[in-house]
Amino acid sequence: MSRIGVFICHCGENIGRTVDCARVAKSLSELPGVVHSIDYKYMCSDPGQALIKQAIREKQLDGVVVGACSPHMHEKTFRKAAATAGLNPFLCEMANLREHCSWIHEDRDRATDKAVDLGRFIVEKIKYNRPLSTIQIPVERRALVIGGGIAGIQAALDIADGGREVILVEKDPSIGGHMSQLSETFPTLDCSQCILTPRMVEVAQHPRIKLLAYSEVDSVEGYIGNFQVRIRRKARSVDETKCNGCGECQKCCPNKKIPSEFEEGLGMRTAIYVPFPQAVPNIPVIDRANCAFFKARAKRVKKAVCGKCAEVCGRQAVNFDQQDEFITEKVGAIVAATGYQLYSIGKKQDSKNLRGYGEYGYGEIPDVIDGLQFERLASASGPTGGKILRPSDQKEPKTIVFLQCIGSRDRAKGIEYCSKICCMYVAKHTMLYHHKVHGGKAVVFYMDIRAGGKGYDEFVRRAIEESHALYLRGRVSRITRNGETIRVQGVDTLSGEPVSIDADMVVLATAIRPQPGVEALAQKLSVSYDQHGFLNEAHPKLRPVETNTAGVFIAGACQSPRDIPDSVAMASATASKVLGLFSKELLEREPLIARVDGLTCTGCFHCERVCPYGAVERKQVKDRKGRLLKIIAEVNQGVCQGCGTCQATCPSKSVDLDGFTDEQIYAAVNAL
Amino acid sequence: MSDTSFEPSIVAFVCNWCTYTGADLAGTSRITMAPNVRIIRLPCTGRIDTLFIIKAFERGADGVIVSGCHPADCHYTAGNYHARRRFAIFRELMDFVGIDPLRVTFSWVSASEGGKWADVVNTATERVRKFGPFQMYPKPAEYVGE
Repeated sequence: MSRIGVFICHCGENIGRTVDCARVAKSLSELPGVVHSIDYKYMCSDPGQALIKQAIREKQLDGVVVGACSPHMHEKTFRKAAATAGLNPFLCEMANLREHCSWIHEDRDRATDKAVDLGRFIVEKIKYNRPLSTIQIPVERRALVIGGGIAGIQAALDIADGGREVILVEKDPSIGGHMSQLSETFPTLDCSQCILTPRMVEVAQHPRIKLLAYSEVDSVEGYIGNFQVRIRRKARSVDETKCNGCGECQKCCPNKKIPSEFEEGLGMRTAIYVPFPQAVPNIPVIDRANCAFFKARAKRVKKAVCGKCAEVCGRQAVNFDQQDEFITEKVGAIVAATGYQLYSIGKKQDSKNLRGYGEYGYGEIPDVIDGLQFERLASASGPTGGKILRPSDQKEPKTIVFLQCIGSRDRAKGIEYCSKICCMYVAKHTMLYHHKVHGGKAVVFYMDIRAGGKGYDEFVRRAIEESHALYLRGRVSRITRNGETIRVQGVDTLSGEPVSIDADMVVLATAIRPQPGVEALAQKLSVSYDQHGFLNEAHPKLRPVETNTAGVFIAGACQSPRDIPDSVAMASATASKVLGLFSKELLEREPLIARVDGLTCTGCFHCERVCPYGAVERKQVKDRKGRLLKIIAEVNQGVCQGCGTCQATCPSKSVDLDGFTDEQIYAAVNAL
Repeated sequence: MSDTSFEPSIVAFVCNWCTYTGADLAGTSRITMAPNVRIIRLPCTGRIDTLFIIKAFERGADGVIVSGCHPADCHYTAGNYHARRRFAIFRELMDFVGIDPLRVTFSWVSASEGGKWADVVNTATERVRKFGPFQMYPKPAEYVGE
């Protein structure tokens, strides 16, 4: 027979004014199995908790029901109190007599009747509670960071500085991401590469960071604390251990006319190339699709073609036979920091929900460019040496028109959200243009100005007042070629007048989107994403860097459009989560998870199909001779989150959710 | 025939993360509502076995409310979808089993919708009150504890 203690709290006047707590305690004391039932002013206070502990010891209670506020408030408090008195904390539960009773009813009699019912439900339920202990799973205290942009770099450095090993995987030949392409950053106008490259070098030299550039995540298995990640190290065709970064191979490569990805198509590179001089690691890659040697090999030409880089290399580092290599790493936590790409101004979109801008020429007018291309023009190490020149004829533009909200906030084009950073970088562009081209005229067509960060509004003010950028509130309906110039037709809504400008260059501030291929990565990580491909956080307000998959965290623009300071902050936040996870050798989890009764399980695996986390594994049951008897389901204690969907789905009722077992719930219902 | 002095007894199976918290919010906001509903907390609506609902009626409930997170917001990502599908099939079974489907309310109440929870409670109470007491199942023998 149970020995249950009932403790009804008055919560001062909060419960006591509406509910007759003494009557509730008395009614519940009459239930079979209840050996102690009192009411008290403040159960959560020290003397209140002391009453519980005393009763546990004196009356050898094997169950405690506290009728008070919501369990969301004080369940932990009372469970801790019970534990210190020697009672398993999972034998202590709460009945919600405040938020669900005294605070929402006025009739004292009916509220008290309801309080008695609510108390009785929990008393009957707790008779079926089993003592449970927290589950301990081992943790592999190494982290994987996917993405080598500023967010990934920051997360890797913070975790490594915190004493833990990090593997940083980046799909491009060098880390640095889009920040390495920028000329200057708002609002300080710091030279972007000057503040970024020291971090990149730190990553390369850090004893606890294993940098795997030109690599991609191939598959992820396992669960929090115990992931096995298979990584594909793509073939550079250059032996990393031998190359010393001298650059001779690039000088002698005969194919110098390949549009450079880093220069956003405004500059050229060779087939064997390092994306930019400050690349980390400073090891070239052969673009096999454009390399004469590999193109000939693909056509099975017998005689070797070119191969000059291999001849010139003093270290014999060029290896035309290098293949992709696969390695498997064990990690305990994963940080996804894959960053963004820009909405394309061309005709071809990589998602059928997006529509290009035919009214702006589908990107076919050479002097209509996007924000990243403007950054390359403005950049001192860019294709024009930092001079703002038209891509078509290399002349200096005397008038540049900037268009904000291209793709963003535009339901008709498929993107409803605001891309957050464009108002700021357009203001920055007008200032850079003003510094570089004296007498140049910058016009900005905007809908709103969003400058919410520290020093941000002042920065935009400077663009208007000091750099004399002309800000027109309105949209542009058409952009067409007009001989040597570009005709921009728009409207100024504040004056109500249509505006037509003959510009020398047009810069489109295009929308921020997640990187291509991020959906496939998200599926490998079991992380959910929204209709745009942005990865989903666990809770938008209170858990912005975690995902609903335990052990996988997100940082930076892969979650939503974000500027550099916020990306860095978020990356450091993920690092603190990871280091917290790694702070103990064993990970403790609340044991309110599912268990399969191996004897009655028939192996239908309906549970496996409905589990949102893939926590159901298959276990083989063999007889003493080693013959396979059956394959049944087993719940992975590390992955199961305790939703109970499996239990409701199981036809044989072989899986039970500890803490909410069938017996417990039926007992509560029977108590009606 | 409606009995205005009849006070229906309603059991609500709610999910811990959304509706239970939403009901807490209704409490914190001191929103008054009908006192006929008794909440049973579950981790997720996906946990709800349709037998719970039948059992509730068998044990004397006149109405049942099932409430969870909005689609796409389930704390466990997909539990509420399973609940919805289960419930869609159960609706057809209810007639066969003798329960008027209108006695069972299915709703989505998020953790920030205290007011909506009060509406769900009040609407369900009034509807069940009009239907009168549930008398399709004879009372089972007295429940004896261990």
